[in-house]
Amino acid sequence: MSDAKQINLVIDGTEVSVDPGTTLLQACEIAGREIPRFCYHDRLSIAGNCRMCLVEVEKMPKPVASCALPVADGMVVHTKTPSVHKARKGVMEFLLINHPLDCPICDQGGECDLQDQAVAYGTDGSRFAENKRAVEDKYIGPLIKTVMTRCIHCTRCVRFSCEVAGTPELGATGRGEDMEITTYLEHAMTSELSGNVIDLCPVGALTSKPYAFTARSWELEHTQSVDVMDALGSAIRVDTRGQEVMRILPRTFDAINEEWISDKSRFIWDGLKNQRLDKCYLRGKDNRLHPCGWEQAFEHIEANTRSVPPEKRAALVGDLACAESIAALGDLMRSMGTPNFDCREPHSPLGRNAKGERVSRGSYLFNSSIAGIDDADAILLIGADVRREAALLDARLRKNWRRNGTTIGVIASKASIPPRDYESVRLGEGASALQQLVNSTGKDAQRFRSLLDAAQRPMLILGQGALNRPDGAKIYDLALALAQQTGMLGTEWNGFNVLHTNAAQVAGLDLDFLPQQGGLDSAGIRKGITNGSIEWLYLLGVDAHLPQQNKNAFVIYQGSHGDAGAAFANVVLPAAAYTEKSATFINTEGRVQSAKRALFPPGDAREDWTILRKLSDVLGCRLPYDDAFALQQSMILQAPHFAERDRLAPLSDAEKPEPVHAEVSPQDDPFVSTVNDFHLSNVIARASAVMAQCSQLANKK
Amino acid sequence: MSVRRLAAEQPDGFQFNPENRKWADAQLKKYPAGREQSAVLPLLWRAQEQCDGWLPEPAIRHVAEFLNMPYIRVYEVATFYTMFNLEPVGKYLVQVCKTTPCWLRGSDELERVCFEEIGSPESISSDGNFTWRQVECLGACVNAPIVQINADFHEDLNSQSFRALLSKLRAGETVTAGSHVGRHASEPVEIEKSANANEKSANEEQETLQFKKPE
Repeated sequence: MSDAKQINLVIDGTEVSVDPGTTLLQACEIAGREIPRFCYHDRLSIAGNCRMCLVEVEKMPKPVASCALPVADGMVVHTKTPSVHKARKGVMEFLLINHPLDCPICDQGGECDLQDQAVAYGTDGSRFAENKRAVEDKYIGPLIKTVMTRCIHCTRCVRFSCEVAGTPELGATGRGEDMEITTYLEHAMTSELSGNVIDLCPVGALTSKPYAFTARSWELEHTQSVDVMDALGSAIRVDTRGQEVMRILPRTFDAINEEWISDKSRFIWDGLKNQRLDKCYLRGKDNRLHPCGWEQAFEHIEANTRSVPPEKRAALVGDLACAESIAALGDLMRSMGTPNFDCREPHSPLGRNAKGERVSRGSYLFNSSIAGIDDADAILLIGADVRREAALLDARLRKNWRRNGTTIGVIASKASIPPRDYESVRLGEGASALQQLVNSTGKDAQRFRSLLDAAQRPMLILGQGALNRPDGAKIYDLALALAQQTGMLGTEWNGFNVLHTNAAQVAGLDLDFLPQQGGLDSAGIRKGITNGSIEWLYLLGVDAHLPQQNKNAFVIYQGSHGDAGAAFANVVLPAAAYTEKSATFINTEGRVQSAKRALFPPGDAREDWTILRKLSDVLGCRLPYDDAFALQQSMILQAPHFAERDRLAPLSDAEKPEPVHAEVSPQDDPFVSTVNDFHLSNVIARASAVMAQCSQLANKK
Repeated sequence: MSVRRLAAEQPDGFQFNPENRKWADAQLKKYPAGREQSAVLPLLWRAQEQCDGWLPEPAIRHVAEFLNMPYIRVYEVATFYTMFNLEPVGKYLVQVCKTTPCWLRGSDELERVCFEEIGSPESISSDGNFTWRQVECLGACVNAPIVQINADFHEDLNSQSFRALLSKLRAGETVTAGSHVGRHASEPVEIEKSANANEKSANEEQETLQFKKPE
């Protein structure tokens, strides 16, 4: 913005110049003044109903609510005069009239906006001798506990559910003193982002139900971490007390999650305590798993490995594996001389072209970056169940749509991926619609194509529903052709985006954990287990798409939870969950992020890479690193971008998306969602009682 | 005002009848495309009329679906405005204005009549004919005191004329809305005429006039 358009005003004697359209509250913050507030929130629309942000503006007769007043040239603002203080004190007194004095038994106590601001603006007693208002508590689902008497009617939660989550479920009924926040007939909230209203609530009216009365905020130790429930890598904070995760909260990270996280990321923590593998297990002659020690497990593995030739060995990687463990397993497989390993879902075309050569990095990343969605001016979703595969991306798309009215086209099965409010047009359900866009035939397709052609920053999001199928490679090629034709791959702008659902996927692709020359891919290995051509299989946290039967393979499962993978294995090695190791994860954008260890793994469980390091010793092909630093150094040698943390380095020209030259022809079955049940999509979620409850509720409808 | 809740017993469903449906479709045309929800108040009102003066929960849903609005948004509107009755009411909804002008002109009397003739407020009388409630200014202070019965204003009432009005309604007789002292609009009352018609009213009238004298 040029200086000519800037607006100059004086705040407490300091001259500041701000962009036009800034509110007075924002201007005061720029001037370094702290303005108390309850209803105002940066990422929500302005309500102006709490009146806490009053300031004095010269030539205005009364104190004004700074959150709702746009700045004007020449304003002289006072934020610290006695009259401002008195006005805020008055507002606080009114707010406290009907607010119960139950802070000692309130879960918000210690991190409550009202409590904090009452210290600054409250009085020591009340002049209100009448009865306080009491409000019936509402049921709004298994995740959010309500104590509605505490509500101060800021309507942040109502605005959030409508504007950000896109599920207008919360509302304010009645009026005046009788206003109440509720859902229609007290049904449970259906949003995947509902838990964020707990953070938004400035008082203790909406609190976390699973966390209720388990800890006080000042007892908790905070560890910065990265979420692995989807491939976005949301910034989270793991709060622990001793060796127990008490809760998970979002950290503000504008590039990915702003300040929200999905319910699965937030309420998963009880899954970290249930169904844990805390000992090694061996499958006995009775076909049951028996606990054993590490030595015994490794001896058993050694005995069963020696006889298997390398080309009959294979390894797969699951959805929660960290980059370190993938690197170690990859190095182990290479040093054993095994070409059969894969980190992808069956049939996924990512990372390899039709000739089996490695493709560029840009071919499988979310190239525009997640924040780039805000800038896109035409968006095409291909087989991406955004709401359930990456709930926060759904909020981003809605943000763009609300702000700019961007046209968002969708190609996916209507039954499997129902329309969202931001969807402008359903172009079709399968590959034929994509083909039409590429060829510019058909009425709808032509219209949308011309929109894409005209757009400055067109974008497409290619979901796993379109890729993880036998003709996935062809669909990939079609999408890339469309991207090339419509100018998505410019010098400044790269709108070709692959949306991953597995947190481990990009790390696996970056570390080339893919079938080597002559090796079997993900689908091939699974087939090999069934028909007996694979005799030794290493599962690094793989619990999905396991073969129906195992002919004669020796299966080793390394993971944190006893789920399908452990039940399939001959030897089970207990490993750490994502909160229990300092590890690296790469999100769908290709952003390298570190999760810090918040607590130690339970029992005999160990960090993943150390298990593999020990195993390499046992198998006689010792991996060349003795500590995590050395391992990370070797990862950086393999993929230099591992050196760059948190920031997203721009792709070089050589890394731009390239076609895979598929030799299959597209089939016409519709693109369906890869997420069967949002709440139960991984082992931790399946071990969580809270998630089970949510899933039951969601499936009842 | 007090907390307003939906009635405990609700009908199974609600649909606009064909006539109302046609009317509602016409209402939608008043608003630009995408702004149909502007019609929420008239539609809720029509739904209430169709349901004998109260708004059942299925009607709220029906209107929401009709206007493509989330249920909660329509529910908010229905609970905000007291003109929507969330519980069944009698055949005649009697709304007694209690704001200052009416109160000065004797609305306490009318309220007493309601207690005697109908019963406690916000409940249906035993014969099913009446529900009464106290309301704030009905906006016809010139002819105070006022009682609104269903859609009609009954003005210049006193306890006797009001009692007579209620018994006429109970008997199913037709009543005339408007002033009950024969005023056409709000022209000055002819004291003699009204004194003949109703002595007590005239006394009150004179008292008021006397009260005014010191000015």
